[in-house]
Amino acid sequence: MITSLLASAVPMSGLLAALPVAAVNWHSVLFLLFAAVACACAVAVVLADNVVRMAFYLVLSLAATAGLFFLAGAEFVGAMQLMIYVGGTLVLLVFGVMLTAQAPFVAIKTSTGDRVLAGMVGAALLAVLLQAAFRVEPWRRPAMAAVAAPAATPIGMALLGVRVDEPVAGAPPAAVRSGYLLPFEIVSVHLLVVLVGAAYLARAKRRRTPRAIDVAASSVGPVVTAREAARSSASALASGGQR
Amino acid sequence: MNLLTAGLPSTAIPLFAGLLDAPVGVAHYLVVGAILFTSGVVCMALKRNALGVLMGIELVLNGANVNFVAFSSPYLRGEGSASLGLDGQLIALFVILLAAAEAAVALAITLNFYNNHATVDIDQADDLKG
Amino acid sequence: MADFLINTVGLPEWLAWTITALVAAALILNVIAGGALVFIWAERKIAARIQDRLGPTRTGGRFGWLQSLADGIKLLAKEDLMPEGADGMLFRLAPYISFCASFCAFIALPFAFDFVGQRLNVGVFFVVAVLGLEVFGVILAGYASASKWSLFGSMREAAQVVSYEVPLGMCVVVPVMLAGSMDLVTIAEKQSGWLSSWYLFHDPFTFVIFWVYVTCAVASVNRAPFDLAEAESELVAGFHTEYSGLRWSFFFMAEYGSMFLVSALAAVLFLGGWNGPIPVATLLGLSEGTGDTANYFVRLIGCGNLLLKATLGVLLMMWVRWTLPRLRIDQVMTTCLKYCTPIAAAMFAGAMLWQLAFPGGVVRGISRPAGEIREGWLEGPGGLSAGRGAVGAKPTAIPSAATGTPVVPTLESSIESRDVVKVGS
Repeated sequence: MITSLLASAVPMSGLLAALPVAAVNWHSVLFLLFAAVACACAVAVVLADNVVRMAFYLVLSLAATAGLFFLAGAEFVGAMQLMIYVGGTLVLLVFGVMLTAQAPFVAIKTSTGDRVLAGMVGAALLAVLLQAAFRVEPWRRPAMAAVAAPAATPIGMALLGVRVDEPVAGAPPAAVRSGYLLPFEIVSVHLLVVLVGAAYLARAKRRRTPRAIDVAASSVGPVVTAREAARSSASALASGGQR
Repeated sequence: MNLLTAGLPSTAIPLFAGLLDAPVGVAHYLVVGAILFTSGVVCMALKRNALGVLMGIELVLNGANVNFVAFSSPYLRGEGSASLGLDGQLIALFVILLAAAEAAVALAITLNFYNNHATVDIDQADDLKG
Repeated sequence: MADFLINTVGLPEWLAWTITALVAAALILNVIAGGALVFIWAERKIAARIQDRLGPTRTGGRFGWLQSLADGIKLLAKEDLMPEGADGMLFRLAPYISFCASFCAFIALPFAFDFVGQRLNVGVFFVVAVLGLEVFGVILAGYASASKWSLFGSMREAAQVVSYEVPLGMCVVVPVMLAGSMDLVTIAEKQSGWLSSWYLFHDPFTFVIFWVYVTCAVASVNRAPFDLAEAESELVAGFHTEYSGLRWSFFFMAEYGSMFLVSALAAVLFLGGWNGPIPVATLLGLSEGTGDTANYFVRLIGCGNLLLKATLGVLLMMWVRWTLPRLRIDQVMTTCLKYCTPIAAAMFAGAMLWQLAFPGGVVRGISRPAGEIREGWLEGPGGLSAGRGAVGAKPTAIPSAATGTPVVPTLESSIESRDVVKVGS
């Protein structure tokens, strides 16, 4: 049964091999797929007016970029991108969008003149960058390295201040190559400072004695406006806050 | 004749065939990075929503990251040609980390602005203008 | 399998790879979809038994085991409604995003030694990262539904999932530290042997941190008692209030897929992966190299082992769901920030010190000494090329006392005889 199946499969496979698709390089196809998604969504971020959709396109763009990182052999960076960027930063961003997504702010339009101007400037910038990109190496003639070691452990060791990876061509000698222990520590402290600072900036401003009835009576706007109005009901800021 | 390229003019065929056949190089990545970067810059310039500007910054940083990873990738560079090696990936990691921190602070500032002005339109942020 | 298709059947390479990829994808899809069918039925039965009812009894024989299939057909036949004022595109896309995230995480999950979609060097990291993306579908669903209930539900879920990623990550790091690798295959492989070599029983700290992991995993897949996002008594149905028919069922499949995934991850990280409590295969003399058929058989048993463990994990979640009442949102946050995170951090430090004190495990001979299996990336296809020693660092330069992780002995030995993977050829 199986052998007859195999026998019938062989001529078919020969026929398939004759197709020009046989030469397809899957690495390139996947690259094109991810690159197309990343670029299209990045452009869509610019073109979209609705801020929630912008966030959505940005998510797709960054996730596709993570795919590009995986294709480039930078698995750790790709996973980091998915975890911190897409999973952390953008959830935060979407959270912010939701908090401020009152009807008038969902779509703040830009004037057509600004759009045209920005488009021209963008096109010029893109032209310059593409020029530089094509200069780097002949288009479509790279030397494909056969195998590379996965980099997760060397990255971890480098962050601890010890380099165990191979020096690449043109790198400084081994004695000079430094680890990344100091930047790592600086970034850690920086993140802590940012955590405290962001929590301080975004903290809810509460009155000393909350009186819900006054708040409800003084404002019919969104929650934040009500809180704002209650905080300093006499000031001009509060009356300005009630759109 | 490939079905994919049958409808295209004859000059387009080698281009498409080459894109599918040839291995991906650094230049491919740089083009993607350039498009991301430009989109980010235009986004920052164009959006009036503060969060839109923030998204533009993320795109710009990401475009730079693509370049770093491309230059460090062992798959895209041949033996002997100069590359960033692991340093590129490490820099990309730090960029991601700092972008996260920057997003948190920028978001906190935006929320604060929203609390005080009940809007996220950055054109309204002109209190300090004499 | 690709080799088989190329060499034996004679298919061209690209077709062989495509078929292989499709087969793997179809298998994973079936694990999720078939698993969802079984688990929904099991959930009904378990819920019924816990509440002293019978549950489904009619559809498909005595135990009602066709109930979820009947439900599925009902869902297919339902109309896909979309509320007025909804954001059409996002509303349609949201369920698929959730499902895709849940599905993608399975790529790096090993079912047995070779049964893995794509063996990733950063497997654990990848799975946890992708699992966190599922929340996007929920947020978008909540926003796009143009309903207050949905928005409340999705905001709760976003806050909860982002918060619980912190302790979850800390719990996951402990087995990574013990194994000295983020590769899920390596981690599971290191726990082969008797029951005592599972990381659950490695030391008291890992035993405690396993239960922290269970708590965080239940919270991160939004199961009761942490299912604030779909609290029926307050929010109608939370983020999927406005969904019906097939789209709704995609949300459900994503939920059951994630439940299965975190259970399987727990099995791989703490419960020995595909290794049974007793190394039957080794006792019978069936080890690597006995022959292809025997190998395949061993792996099939391993796959069964892992599926069994993961299923038990899912059943545990169901048990918890129908036993405990739902927490309030502030209690959820308190659990995460005041209990799970500090406990996880303390256990992480404890496991680290324990590993420093007893680097070979407490009971030598039974449990496997750390550093015996070296990381996969050092044994790449480039093979050994002796003569080139440590590059950039002498082994003495490694601050073993300062870092104190078990990575150190592994690396120290491996750096000295470091395999230089040849670039190009």
